[in-house]
Amino acid sequence: MSRFLQSARFAIAVWLAVLLACAVVIVRGHYTADLSAFLPRSPTSEQQFLIDQLRDGLASRLILVGIEGADPATRARISKEMAYRLRGNEAFATVNNGEDITAARDREYLFGNRYLLSPSVTPQRFTAEGLHQAIADSIEQLASPAGLLMKSLLPHDPTGEMMQLLDQMNSAGKPQIVDGAWASQDGQTALLLLQTHAAGSDTDGQQAAMQIVRDTFNEVAATSAAQLRMTGPGVFSVLSRDSIKHQVRVIFIVSSVLIALLLWAAYRYIAALVLGFLPVATGIVAGIAAVGLGFGVVHGVTLGFGTALIGEAVDYSIYLFMQAEQGEADRRDWMARVWPTMRLGVFTSVFGFAALLMSGFPGLAQLGLYSIAGLLAAAAMTRFVLPHLLPSGFKVRDVSSAGMHLAKFAAMAPRLRWLAAGLLVVAVAVLFLHRDHLWNRELAALSPVSATDQALDKRLRSGMGAPDVRYMVAVSSESWQGALQASEQVALTLQPLVEQGVLAAFESPSRYLPSEAAQQARQDSLPEPEILKQRLGAAVQGLPVKAALFEPFLEDVEAARTRLLLQRSDLEGTAMAMAVDGMLVRRGANWAALLPLSAPEHGEIDAAKVKRVLPHDVFFIDLKHESDKLYSGYLSEAIGLSLAGVGAIVALLFAALRSPRQVAAVILPLGAAVLVVTAGLALAGQQLIILHLIGMLLIVAIGSNYALFFNGTVTPRTLASLVFANAATVLGFGLLAFSTVPVLRAMGMTVAPGVVLALVFSAVFARRDDAR
Amino acid sequence: MNILQFLACLLMGVSASAHADEWSLDQLMRTLAQTKVGHASFVEKKSIAMLEKPVESSGELFYTAPDRLEKRTLKPRPESMVLDRGTLTVEQKGRKHVLPLQNYPEVAAFIDSIRGTLAGDKSALERTYQLNLSGDQQAWTLLLTPIDAKMKKIVEKIRIAGIGNELRSIEIKQADGDSSLMTITQLSPP
Repeated sequence: MSRFLQSARFAIAVWLAVLLACAVVIVRGHYTADLSAFLPRSPTSEQQFLIDQLRDGLASRLILVGIEGADPATRARISKEMAYRLRGNEAFATVNNGEDITAARDREYLFGNRYLLSPSVTPQRFTAEGLHQAIADSIEQLASPAGLLMKSLLPHDPTGEMMQLLDQMNSAGKPQIVDGAWASQDGQTALLLLQTHAAGSDTDGQQAAMQIVRDTFNEVAATSAAQLRMTGPGVFSVLSRDSIKHQVRVIFIVSSVLIALLLWAAYRYIAALVLGFLPVATGIVAGIAAVGLGFGVVHGVTLGFGTALIGEAVDYSIYLFMQAEQGEADRRDWMARVWPTMRLGVFTSVFGFAALLMSGFPGLAQLGLYSIAGLLAAAAMTRFVLPHLLPSGFKVRDVSSAGMHLAKFAAMAPRLRWLAAGLLVVAVAVLFLHRDHLWNRELAALSPVSATDQALDKRLRSGMGAPDVRYMVAVSSESWQGALQASEQVALTLQPLVEQGVLAAFESPSRYLPSEAAQQARQDSLPEPEILKQRLGAAVQGLPVKAALFEPFLEDVEAARTRLLLQRSDLEGTAMAMAVDGMLVRRGANWAALLPLSAPEHGEIDAAKVKRVLPHDVFFIDLKHESDKLYSGYLSEAIGLSLAGVGAIVALLFAALRSPRQVAAVILPLGAAVLVVTAGLALAGQQLIILHLIGMLLIVAIGSNYALFFNGTVTPRTLASLVFANAATVLGFGLLAFSTVPVLRAMGMTVAPGVVLALVFSAVFARRDDAR
Repeated sequence: MNILQFLACLLMGVSASAHADEWSLDQLMRTLAQTKVGHASFVEKKSIAMLEKPVESSGELFYTAPDRLEKRTLKPRPESMVLDRGTLTVEQKGRKHVLPLQNYPEVAAFIDSIRGTLAGDKSALERTYQLNLSGDQQAWTLLLTPIDAKMKKIVEKIRIAGIGNELRSIEIKQADGDSSLMTITQLSPP
């Protein structure tokens, strides 16, 4: 039995079983490329609002469509025809292009329900004095430029409630109309604003919606020179997923081919080539499966990272094949001699990455888990399975002669010690000078959306005259009605800020649908018909109107007084339905009312002033500030965790090597490599993001192998294997540096030069007695 | 719609010397076009069927060629309306409303017609109105009748009266029978 446990068959059987299990997990796993990787695992209340908004807030469902090229009339025609077709499509909740589709229905809703909607409906307003004052005001209005609009309303609405309501609604800026459809301020782009049914985080749903828009445009604009542009949070998710997917695929294929070519050049043996990739494949499969099991969802960035890990995992087989190239006996020797060093290298990496598991940043934790599982699986496979898979007579090309050449260089390397030390000093000086703007603390730095697409977004948005939803006030309640009521309270505290100019305006769901309590109070303010008639008679005394004119008013008030209160369903078919749904959102068991604030022209909102008037259970949220704070928090945390990882590595090395001098000899080249690369990035004007940091951790993880080998006896063959391993790593990560996805590029441009430096510094700082 | 009335008021006393032998529409236009700056006071009386007596307002008018017009109402309460190129800005009770005219095609058509008059652009005027000039240079009356059906629903006719090169009154008869009469007095000499 125990013989079986040690047997080749057993090892292979276990390996295959693990692979199969991993394959099942991978096939059944969920994959995403949205913002989820960047959102915290245990958010604060403010962060939760941010996350909800990003995931399925109203703004996350908007697609802004621009039609450019051709002439204005053609653009407007395309806009109208597209809007007509899209309105009939179930993928879209609303389609707006400036055409008065809901305007009549909106007016009808406001006018028909004015006595329940208007905040000026109070008992005082319906006394004889109140009515007199209100009617006198309305008559005065008739003489003013607004008079014409007032005129037809007067018999129905002598107190001017409708004008009040319209006044409230008109605060938002709208794009101009050219040929009957919205156009940007410069008139060069026709604009449509679509709201999808799919949430912003439902990337497939967003992609389907985009495709419908594209198809519709192609049908409608087939013969014209017009071009379609789309932007919005959902569009961004789709674009990033596409670009991550595409780039991960390309990088994976290209780096696999390049590494294969490299290995072919080294081995000249097809079996070795194939077998050499087995630990890599095992590592990737185990990594993805581990993340799938641990997180439930695998992020695209994690997969992208995985392709780069090929570069590291391939090292293990290189070490085995090249250092033990002389057949079976040689391999047994390798197990005894080289494996402990390599094992220590693997554990060094694992310790480094283990710290990341603690991160509150799911993306980072995923990378950590992926690396640990991948490296352990690849190394274990190399050690316990791979030797059994080698065909008898397996032998790669002897690299001793190449190794001898390299050994000469390596022997000379320590002479460069002073040069390296000088470089290190320069690096430290550079870093010191750049210390204030070394890190980019804005979340936008991580965005995989290209600069072109971001510029388009900005252009279309400003054309729309609609700034981002950046500031909002949020308040929670256990019930829907409770949230509405809370929003009314908040509106009362915000109104003075508008008058003081701290805010330009704010929105509230209660404006379109007051709480039942508020509606009831307004209804209660309306007098009974006889009383109202009497008061009206008294009110018109001294005014140039007859009470008889206001017969419709009496009827309307009585209808409002005795009707059922307004419900959400009464809004159906109006543009206000969407607004209310966007501002009243479910949060777990609770409901939240969101009141977007608009900043005064050319200014920002003074958060302190707003917070001062708000009760403590009402949140003021600056979404940009919140998201930057979130990322900045990740960054600080990641720096802390990386340092902890380095600490763990040092502790591990102490435990294994039991000599401060030897530990220092391993740490020094790695530290030097990290510092010099970071200084190089700073000099190149690269602001560091969180993934640069992960890159540094990778330099330490991968470089520790080199340093550990140089710490022992470096045979020419070992040296050759190190150089090949290094080249493979550079190929794997180097390609990432050409990615347009910032998180991948950051890692690539840190790791590729870093590992080269780690190897060189390992040689340079190798202990003299071993570097003969 | 409310703007229409106001816009009519923007046609105001402007002056320039004209020494034409024969009084024609073209000459009236030419004369009016020469005015670059104008400043006048106005009194406006609106007769509205549902009110027992007309409502009155008064204030001042300012014009800068070719496309800035301001109506500043002082009584019964201060208000201002400024038309600058394609934008109409209304200020009432401390609130400012900006209306891009392109979003209100009927109003825009109306304004363009008035601008046509002030700029002496007869062809622009004739896009919206049928023009009829009567009287002589000393006492003339220009009658504008909307051609477009949509405009006809709002305005029945506009009657502008003037003496020489000055506008003296603008009378607007609305389709519903209500009317307004603005009497203009030149304030600063041209």
